[in-house]
Order: sequence, then structure tokens, then C-alpha cells
Amino acid sequence: MAGQGFVKGMMLTLRHFVDSYVEDFKYGLKRYAPDVDNFQVRQGADAEGVKTVMYPDEKVAMPERFRFVPFLVVQDHDDELNPSKDWCTSCGICAKVCPPQCIWIVRSDDPVTGKPVPEPEAFFIDIDICMNCGFCAEFCPFDAIKMDHDYEMASYDRTTNHIFDKPKLSKEVRYWNHIAPTRAQEEMEVRGSWNHKNFEKSWVTTKAEAEAAREAQGDKREEVMNRKEEAKAETGIGDGPLKIGQGGKAPWEEPEELRHARAQAALRRKAVRAQRRAEQN
Amino acid sequence: MVATPDVSLKNLTIDDSIEHLVEKFPNIVSEDTRDGYSGIMIDKDNLREVAQYAKDTLGFDYLSSATAVDYLEEGFHTEDCIEMVYHAYRTTGGGALVFKAQTDRENSEVPSLTPVWMGADFQEREAWDLYGVKFTDHPSLNRILLWEGFHGHPMRKDWHEAYYEEDAKPFGSRWPAGHVHRAEEKTIFGKNVNYPADIDLARLSDMSDDKLYKGFGLGVDTEALHSEHGGIATDQLIVNMGPHHPSTHGVFRMVMTLDGEEITALEPVMGYLHRNHEKIGERNTWLHNIPFTDRLDYISSMGNNHGYVLAVEQLLATGKRYTPPSYRVEVIRVLMVELTRIINHLWAIGFWMNDLGAFFTPVLYFIQERERIMDFFEAVAGSRMMCNYMRFGGVFADLPERIRSVNTLINDRIRDYNTMQFLTEMINERIPRTIDELETYLTDNEIVHLRAKGVGYLSREDAINYSAAGPVLRGSGVAYDVRRADPYSIYPELDFDVAVQHEGDMYARYMVRVMEMRESVRILKQILPRLEYTAGESATDNNSAYADKVPLGESYGRVENGKGELGFYVVSAGNKRSTGNPWRYHVRAPSFINLTPLGKMSTGSKVADVVGILGSIDIVLGETDR
Repeated sequence: MAGQGFVKGMMLTLRHFVDSYVEDFKYGLKRYAPDVDNFQVRQGADAEGVKTVMYPDEKVAMPERFRFVPFLVVQDHDDELNPSKDWCTSCGICAKVCPPQCIWIVRSDDPVTGKPVPEPEAFFIDIDICMNCGFCAEFCPFDAIKMDHDYEMASYDRTTNHIFDKPKLSKEVRYWNHIAPTRAQEEMEVRGSWNHKNFEKSWVTTKAEAEAAREAQGDKREEVMNRKEEAKAETGIGDGPLKIGQGGKAPWEEPEELRHARAQAALRRKAVRAQRRAEQN
Repeated sequence: MVATPDVSLKNLTIDDSIEHLVEKFPNIVSEDTRDGYSGIMIDKDNLREVAQYAKDTLGFDYLSSATAVDYLEEGFHTEDCIEMVYHAYRTTGGGALVFKAQTDRENSEVPSLTPVWMGADFQEREAWDLYGVKFTDHPSLNRILLWEGFHGHPMRKDWHEAYYEEDAKPFGSRWPAGHVHRAEEKTIFGKNVNYPADIDLARLSDMSDDKLYKGFGLGVDTEALHSEHGGIATDQLIVNMGPHHPSTHGVFRMVMTLDGEEITALEPVMGYLHRNHEKIGERNTWLHNIPFTDRLDYISSMGNNHGYVLAVEQLLATGKRYTPPSYRVEVIRVLMVELTRIINHLWAIGFWMNDLGAFFTPVLYFIQERERIMDFFEAVAGSRMMCNYMRFGGVFADLPERIRSVNTLINDRIRDYNTMQFLTEMINERIPRTIDELETYLTDNEIVHLRAKGVGYLSREDAINYSAAGPVLRGSGVAYDVRRADPYSIYPELDFDVAVQHEGDMYARYMVRVMEMRESVRILKQILPRLEYTAGESATDNNSAYADKVPLGESYGRVENGKGELGFYVVSAGNKRSTGNPWRYHVRAPSFINLTPLGKMSTGSKVADVVGILGSIDIVLGETDR
């Protein structure tokens, strides 16, 4: 019969339409109440109908292997022996294996002997260029660079915010253990301990040594932990990166003077660029 | 009298064919004896004659790939020259007849092979555009990816891009003294803009009809538009559709000449998304290219990875220390690739429905299942679309035990499944249910029949001649599927049929896609026990190291991707035993070559049908423009 196929299709549309609203009728306005979590019903694998994730109020959880812009692993800030020590040895493999070449590393040299020290003096990642391929984390022999789960990185100014330096990239090893417990466990089994691969060789391994180092340089732990508390109070995330200067604030929350100063700086940079171009032509 | 062709010659093996050609054309054809190379070298003046013979008598009727390689200061294999490399196949299956012709770098000129295979059309235009090789007797040798105001031919080894730093990665400035800077601050772009000497920039501001059509209409004969049609003095009309037209699936333009509402000529214009993927590929190391292949056909990144990895593994296999991927790796790869094919076809059919006017209702139903598959990809590879999953000799990581795991977010308990259970349910229940639903929805729908049957016709002969691939080729009655015709991976041991339809219209292509999805499910059902059988074997032990070098030679790896035959022609050359960077990295993009017959398919149709015809070819601009 002519039109049969068409009617069959329309019935299917109707079914989908009804399916999409069944949950709504069941929950009514309660759906928006904070204590009723019907997210699982709406977004589970067996959910029927077409439903939206109400981002940013709701978020789908990331699987462990999810990868976004990398971060650097540092020892916990309140670690007894090696507080805030970089896991990175500045061997440069991540910079070499990076397809868009967005990793820049300055290797530190010993001021006396001039020989390279296994610690990066500076570490930059241009997150505008990073293609989130995960090679750096995959090929790092020291488990010192890892892919993050934090994908909310939009900002208002590319030129000042998007080249991440070492303080901005560094996150504690406990953060990694928290976001990817299975993989952290696997890596631990390969290394043989929860410590860094070179722990025996070049890290502070006894309390006496740690005491001596603290006395020589002064205890920096307290200062770092204070900054961390501050960041936590502001963002509500305990294991995030340390707060550096004024970073991490949305522009509309910034004080008026700072915003003005930033705008002036941008204008000056623009003028300099224009002048440079004029000179070159 | 017409001589009867010798049928037995069409069954010669590749080696015998090469021998036969060398005997038949002495002094013109010689075997390519360079280290790691295969096929024959043809004197360029007789190229067309030999190609015609190979096609008619030896039966190599399908030109898969035609591309150029610039051997500037390579110094090991060959003198400075530009080499055209062709890969021809038989549609009855089997390996490639590789033939090459060398030409001078300064005055590059090679006879066009369009009289032999029309499929050479766009590929030769691309070689002209990027390498500056002139093809004698080519019907319209214009730039295809770049605009006519572009200075130089960028794929030549001596051409440097705006932010040129070094010939090959890794760049020395990154480590150990990696003081960061932005490329655009060092090189002001304004100083890099050059125009060719003969460009008439004033043309761009000249808005008179004739000039406008000549410029943008790409050789449309504006005089002929004013002639009489059907006894009535009426003008033909030029319509520019795109590049910002939503039905073009991206930035793509079609220049159509209309007589009333009927299309008399159609010329596709592309390149708006061109980023010279192949030049980037030559700067990259072999490993760096894997995530870049994700960005070609971004709907099916797993398939792209597979093609590239196969091509490079063929080269690696010529070296001494090489272990082929383990059985588990092959099983996982096929699992991923077949899931990708289902994603691709769901997407293709969904968006084709959009083009036919069923705006976003069907596509949303299909995307729901696609999302589930991508959840799986995300859990395994770490990303939903840019999977970057396969490695030389292995894969990034084995399947995780569970799909979801503890996380920082509050909703972390949803979708927490055992991986094998998730896969089993998906393959045995959800995907078949989705395909059934799709068929209930569309296959018998009268509107679909009215719009799709008999529209966009491409005959069997034309499909082969124009080098169409994938569902376009199989929708025209050619049972050619690389998985069967030239098998790779573990496809020989898997049981599946090649989907074919004989009508050659849009509906036939739709049916091919539906049947292929069902065949993919059939393959996946055979994969499940294999996954369980190999559980516990390592999938990553054999992965190449980060700086592995590749032995000298050339190879062409091709896979049957959702869109058609995806090929990677890679050359490892230079004056060392092995190299860290590809000398040549070429992508035989099905989305690009499948557009060659678009004009032919659309002529005689209405404008509204062209939208559907383009949708039925199923292109992704990331791959078309590269």
C-alpha cells in the first residue's frame, strides 16, 4: 500500500518523541532538585530517547585514559623528604616526540661544574598548539608528564595565558593517583615502588638528609601549602595546580585596575608590533 | 577488424606482467631495481602508450593513485628529478602494478593519463598544484587545492612555508635550551606574501559579469551562456553553491551551469581547508604522523591510523629487526576499524538524510548509537574522535578492564561497565537494533524512494574509469573491496560478504552502506571470541620506540575505509641506511578522488538533487582538502 513505509517511519519518530519525555513526566520539576540524581537514568547506556547533558551543571565523567593538555608530575608539596620536587629529569624525550613541537624545555646546568643536572630549569607548553595526542605521557620513561582530565581551559587572552610555564603545569603526584588510579597502580608495578624511578640514585632518601637540606634552604613547605589552601578556598579543588599570582581568575572577577592595566599592556604590545611592521616595510 | 584481446594476459601475476611489459616495450620500460623499490620505470614520452596497454591488455583497469615525488638532493637512489608514481589495480583483485616516469625538475612535463583513466584528472591537477608538473593534454590543468595567486609549488623540497624552522622534526630549538617563543612573533607574516609574476590582482575587484564568471566559474564559457535553448532565447545561469553552504558538509563549492533548473555542467571547487598535510608529514618523524592522520577523515580516525601504520610496517618489515604485530593486536585493530565503519556509515546516511530534507531527526537517532561506540573509543584510546590509537607493531594500550572508572566528578558511577560485557551487548544487541531501526525508518520510505532512486546515476564503467571507491564504486555494481581484493590484517580468515548493488544511483549507495554495516556486525561477532581467546596477551610489547628509524624503500598501504580506499604512499629515502623522517608521505584520499565523477553524476539533475548526490558520495572536507 502506498505510504505504508512513510507511516512506519512516522510511528518510529513518535516513539522516540515519547521516549524522550517519559523521564521528564516521571520526575517533573524535581528533575532539577539537587538531591534527585536521574542523570544515570537519562545518560546510561540503556537510556531510551534523545536527551541532553545539561552542561555545565551536569558533566559526563571522563574515563581514566581521557587525555587533554599534559601536566607535570611533582612530588607532593607536604612530602617529608622531597617536597615539591620535579619528577621530570629534563631528558627531552617529550619535546622530541611531540608532533606539533609545542614543548620547550630549558635544562638546568650545575653552576659550578657546568654539567647538566637532571631537573628542568624551565618547562613550557603552548596549549594553543598542543594536539592532545598523548605521546609525551606515553614515551616519558620517568612517568613525569601525564595527560590531564581538566578540559575547561578557555580564556579571554591567548597571548598572555596560553603558554603554560612550570608552576602552572605542575601538579602533585597524588592528583595523578586520584584521577587515574588503575594506571597509577600499573605504573607503580612497573617501577617497583610508589617512588620516582631514580629515587635511590639522586633523591633525598633519609630524614636526616631532608633535615639538612631544609636547614640549608629554609623550609618552603609552609609557604607552598598556604598558597595551596588559598587556591582551594577559591576554587574548591584541593588537588589542582597552585595558584600563581593573579592567574585562575575570570576577567569579570578581576579588580578594575588590573583589567585596565592589562588592556593598556595589550594596546602597548599592539603599538610595538605595528611599529615593528612599519620599520620592516 | 578488431583484434581479440588475449584473455590469458589479464591473469598474469604482477611479476609476470612486469616481465611481459619489459619484453613488449624494450628501451621504454625497465624494471625499477632501486633498493626497496618495486614496479617499472617508463620513459615519459611513451607513458600513455604503455599505460593504455596495461589497462586494455593486461587488465589493470583501476588507477588507484597517481602522485609525484621530488628527489632534490636525495643523492642515493636517483639524480635530482621529479618522479610520477602510479598504482594501477585490477578490479578482479590482486596487487598493484606500480609504474613511474621521471621528469626534469626545471621543465617538468609528463603526458596526462586522463585519456586512459579519467580518475587521473584530480590527482594530476593536485600534482600540478603542489609539484608544478605539467600534464600534456590534460583537459583543465588548473590549481585545485590552492588559489591561482599562490606563488610556487609548495611540495617541492626547496619551497619553505611561512614559519619555516628546519627541514625535519624534532627541532633543535626545543631542547636543551628551549626558551619559548611564538613562531608568529619571529616571522611577521606580511613579509612572506608573494604573488606570482603573472597574477592579475585587479581581476578580484572587477565585478563585471564576464570577468567574475571567468574568474570564479573556472573556465565556464560565458559566450555560450547567451545562446538559444530549445527555440527560446534564454540565458543559461551560473550558480555558485558554497563554500559556506550548509549542505556541502564543510567549506566546499560547486559551480553549476543551469538551463532552467537542469544542470548542464558542474565543477567542484575545493581547497578551503587545505593545510598541506603532506608537507607537514614530511617534516614530521614517522611516529609524529599517526595523530596527524586522525585529522584527515575525522569521522573515522581509527581507519586512518590503520592505513598509515600498515604502510610503514611494510617498510619496517624489510629491515632486519622486525617482529610483526601479534595476533591480539590484529584482532583489536579490526575491532576498532569495523566499529569505525559503522560510525562512518551511520553518520553518512544521517547527513545524507539531512541533505534530502529530513532535517536532523534521523541523524540524531543514529548518532545516539555512535556516541556509545565513541564512549568505548574514549575509554580505550583516550579520545572520542582523534583516537591516535595504533602504533607501528602494536596499539597504544590494550582494552581496559572496565569502561568507566572512579573519577573526580560526581556522576562517575554511570556507564561503569566491564569492557567485554559492554562490547558484547553493543555488538549483539544495540548496534543490530539501531540498524534495524534505521531500515524500518528509511528503506521502505516512499519519500526516500522518490528522492533517491534513479538520481545521481554512475555506470559501472564510469565508476571504474573515474577511480571511484567505496560505496560509490560498489553501488555501481563493482564488487571491489580492498578487504577482499587485496587482503590485509586478519581479514582473510574472517567470514563476510562484499556488499554490492547494481543500480548505480543514490539509493544503491544507501543500500550498500546498510549492508556493509550488517557485514561489519557479522565481522565483529567473529571478533568477540577471538578477543576472549587472546585475552592476557600483550598488545603493546612490540610497539616501536619513540625514535625508530625506517629502512629505505617505498610502500603503499591501503585499507578499505568507510569512505572508500584510503592509501598511504610513503618513501623512506636519503643517503643513510634508514631515516627518521619520511621523504614522501602521500595520502590517497577517497573523499577527494570520489569527487572526480561528481560532475558526471550531477549533469541532468536538478539543483536540489545535487545536494543529495554530494551527500551520497559521503565526503569529509578534512580529507578532501588535506
